Amino acid sequence: MSDVLTIAGYALRESLRRRVFVVVALLTVAFLFLYRLGARKAFEETAGVFPPEGVEAETVVGATLFGLSMFATLFLGTVLAVFLTLGAVRGDAERGLLQPLVVRPLGRTTFLLGRFAGAASVCAVYVTAVYLSALLITRSAGGWTPDRIVTPALELAFAVVLLVALSLLGSVLLSSTANGIAVFMLFGAGLVGGLLGQIGEALNSPTLERVAERTSWALPFEALYQDGLQRLTADSRGFTRFAVELGPFGGGQAYGAWLPWWSALYLAGVLALAAAAFARRDL
Amino acid sequence: MTALAVRGLEKRYGSVGALRGVDLELEEGELVGLLGPNGAGKSTLVKIGCGLVRPTSGTAQVCGAPAGSRAARGASGYLAELFRFPGWCSGDEVLRLHQRLTRSDGGARERGELLELVGLTAARDRKVEAMSKGMQQRLGIAQALVGSPRLLFLDEPTSALDPAGRRTVRALLEEIRGRGISVLLNSHLLSEVELVCNRVVILLDGRVVAAGRPGELARARGIEVETDEGLRLIEGVGREDVPRIVAELVGAGRAVYGVRVLRSTLEEVYLDAVGEEAV
Repeated sequence: MSDVLTIAGYALRESLRRRVFVVVALLTVAFLFLYRLGARKAFEETAGVFPPEGVEAETVVGATLFGLSMFATLFLGTVLAVFLTLGAVRGDAERGLLQPLVVRPLGRTTFLLGRFAGAASVCAVYVTAVYLSALLITRSAGGWTPDRIVTPALELAFAVVLLVALSLLGSVLLSSTANGIAVFMLFGAGLVGGLLGQIGEALNSPTLERVAERTSWALPFEALYQDGLQRLTADSRGFTRFAVELGPFGGGQAYGAWLPWWSALYLAGVLALAAAAFARRDL
Repeated sequence: MTALAVRGLEKRYGSVGALRGVDLELEEGELVGLLGPNGAGKSTLVKIGCGLVRPTSGTAQVCGAPAGSRAARGASGYLAELFRFPGWCSGDEVLRLHQRLTRSDGGARERGELLELVGLTAARDRKVEAMSKGMQQRLGIAQALVGSPRLLFLDEPTSALDPAGRRTVRALLEEIRGRGISVLLNSHLLSEVELVCNRVVILLDGRVVAAGRPGELARARGIEVETDEGLRLIEGVGREDVPRIVAELVGAGRAVYGVRVLRSTLEEVYLDAVGEEAV
């Protein structure tokens, strides 16, 4: 365990010294500033609009805005996850950084777990912090609060942790550039799957909904995001819910009680695959 | 105890055979030089020894433990041919990290001693990115020595050094050998190997083509005799023939001023073993 912490600490120190976190913090502040500006304007301009009977305008605007911020948070978390791990194995081996470490008694699996622990904890904390900041901004701009707060935050953090694991697996199999592209392609595939599901629901197309559902189970980070998204308005009913689901960032899908278990199994599988591939790789 | 025991070691990369049945032993405190042209399998052998590459067949044991096992990795140190330390770390931080990974309890005393050994005491807080290649190479040797390993794998440790740096590393290798640490030294520098190694192993196309002490490998080429008639080269004889030849020459009325036994250099042995075209 202490070896895992040593490697995790080493990876964190590297990010600190290379000022990765400074860049990330600056970009995040810029995003939150723009989000605050947009949220205030959106709430102000819809304040005078009288919605149809049975539609709560504040909920529709709040859920759509916060859904947008959740998507942006997932995207920023994915960028951080990818850049912290994309060259963790093959990239570092090609640069000669990896060999002096893995010839030490700690072993390759421990090294990989250390890299995972470091990147996953940073990404999970980061995503949670941005989520909570956006939540406070939404509340102060329009007085709207999601129906569920904690579970969507946990699901968002779990989604990014899955992406860290996928990126680590990619770093064993692919060069840094190829891995970065591959993880963003997976992220994009998940996103498209989610959008297909929303279109399928709007058009009442079972085929599209089935494709979206299978994509989300295959890429559970998308399922976790969708599940978290739908929890924001879990208590809304009737026309308000219908209006929320019309927007690209408003609906989401419920994936049930199996989702966290499947995600945990998926995470364990990805890490086991990465460890097995790393153990077999000649350096 | 045998520091490294390699038996029938083979490694294939696809259809290419990097090692084709290598046998090798390193005794405790022995410094063995590994020579051979590019692609002979030297780095592959070293990497198998420290667990970076898995053999296709055969066995390699480090201090009695299978190469690559936790025990073997704990008993050995390694300096790669192409290595890099994080530029943001200082020399002292690099050693501290490796102390944690080897569970060394040497603390600041061990780090100070190692930095002094490689002549980097004054640069202990300097960032790696601000160090010259030669300094990084010496830091690499210090890193390999963290945790008091019993066997060192050094892959081209002087490749980036100037002549003065090479001399420093040579002195360092003698110091390491003096401490009873076994060393497998992979090098292209024949003179360096000849000067510091107890034994030399020459690889070609993944096979051992010559092995022995540098003095044993250097065969007698004949003797050169200076007489009143000038210099004469007598081929096919050795040191043991000198008294007889001198007596015969004196008996024949020649004045003998000097005799020199000619031996082939390690370079000639090497070229004989690998062939000129392989160099």
